[in-house]
Amino acid sequence: MYDFAYHKPSSVADAVKMLAADPDAKAISGGHTLLPALKHRLNRPTALVDLSGIAEMRGISRAGNAIRIGALTRHVEVETSAEVASAIPTLAYLAKHIGDTQVRNRGTIGGSVSNNDPAADYPAAVLGLGATLHTSKRRIAADEFFLGMFTTALEADEILVAVEFPIPEKAGYAKMRNPASRYVMTGAFVSKGPMGVRVAVNGAGPCVFRQSAMEAALSANWSPEAVAGIRQSADGLNSDIHGSAEYRAHLVTVMAKRAVAAAG
Amino acid sequence: MPQVTLTVNGQTHSVEVEGRTLLVELLREKLRLTGTHVGCDTSQCGACVVHINGESVKSCTTLAVMCQGAQVTTIEGLAKPDGTLHPMQEAFREYHALQCGFCTPGMVMSAVDLVAKNPQGLSEQEIREGLEGNLCRCTGYHNIVKAIAAAQDVMHGRRETLAAAAE
Repeated sequence: MYDFAYHKPSSVADAVKMLAADPDAKAISGGHTLLPALKHRLNRPTALVDLSGIAEMRGISRAGNAIRIGALTRHVEVETSAEVASAIPTLAYLAKHIGDTQVRNRGTIGGSVSNNDPAADYPAAVLGLGATLHTSKRRIAADEFFLGMFTTALEADEILVAVEFPIPEKAGYAKMRNPASRYVMTGAFVSKGPMGVRVAVNGAGPCVFRQSAMEAALSANWSPEAVAGIRQSADGLNSDIHGSAEYRAHLVTVMAKRAVAAAG
Repeated sequence: MPQVTLTVNGQTHSVEVEGRTLLVELLREKLRLTGTHVGCDTSQCGACVVHINGESVKSCTTLAVMCQGAQVTTIEGLAKPDGTLHPMQEAFREYHALQCGFCTPGMVMSAVDLVAKNPQGLSEQEIREGLEGNLCRCTGYHNIVKAIAAAQDVMHGRRETLAAAAE
């Protein structure tokens, strides 16, 4: 790992100033994606801006019909939150199945969502629930946030501050994990609620995406059987030593079925 | 160079580090606490697990500079000053839960956190799932799981000694 300068701001405004002043600086919170990348020298930031001291980016709260989760909230906190368990139990389930205990003790929702790894879990919940991303300068709808592999609508000097999840009537998440790395091979997050019926697929393509044919089928008939006959095209899906695009396409249907069954 | 002040096993240290210095490097190279191991250096194997403010973390994926003010416990800090082993260490010895011993410090630190967070008690399956972040290449996990199952009864006061737990 190359060396870098280290800054620890205590407000979102200061963090944004530091990132704006140095285009080669990067934000860090849990560091469980960034540090492995730096060890591989995939990235060479001049400075790391440590967000962990910013109180306004912490905490879980219920506001009306939504749950707001600060970007610095660690996976373990979502997994064990009574607020989340009562409002969106599927989100607690998802958090509980990210990485391992030690990863969940450090990794944050903001880091996972901002990084937009195709095999990450949280982007599926954000898109599958139609969440709103609160940043240091604006609000962004989930449908406009995830742009491509490791790419989001966030600008270089823009920080994700919180994620606001509308509380659904029903939601479910199912994933097939790579047996070695435990990363998502293909997952599906389904929900029915104020944002309509949504099906978000992660792991299968370069970026999380919505499966509109399944959404239409589930709108008419919310049951695992409704999606059982819908085939996902393999075009554009990931293909690697762990699984072909055709295999992942097949998994989309299987995971969607399981997710609907889990949602009940 | 940045200065970081942290408490390790009850002792406060102020250490000069580089931005890129990892917590495990600070522990092993600056403080000479070499019980914490580096196995994979990619946050998968768990040989480097220590506790920060009571929670298990992988010290190979934690920057030292981000541990300002933290309470860190390493494997060296588990036993009592008089040498009496922690019930988890005692259980690993009793149940022969190691062969080469390389993964053991991380296994023990993860196990202590796992048991402490689950006072209701853990089933064998839950112990196995709780060890997802730790790899052992010798024992096949069987005796490690048995040791943790026995240690939890002692840690939670359901048994007085491991000998009783083993019966």
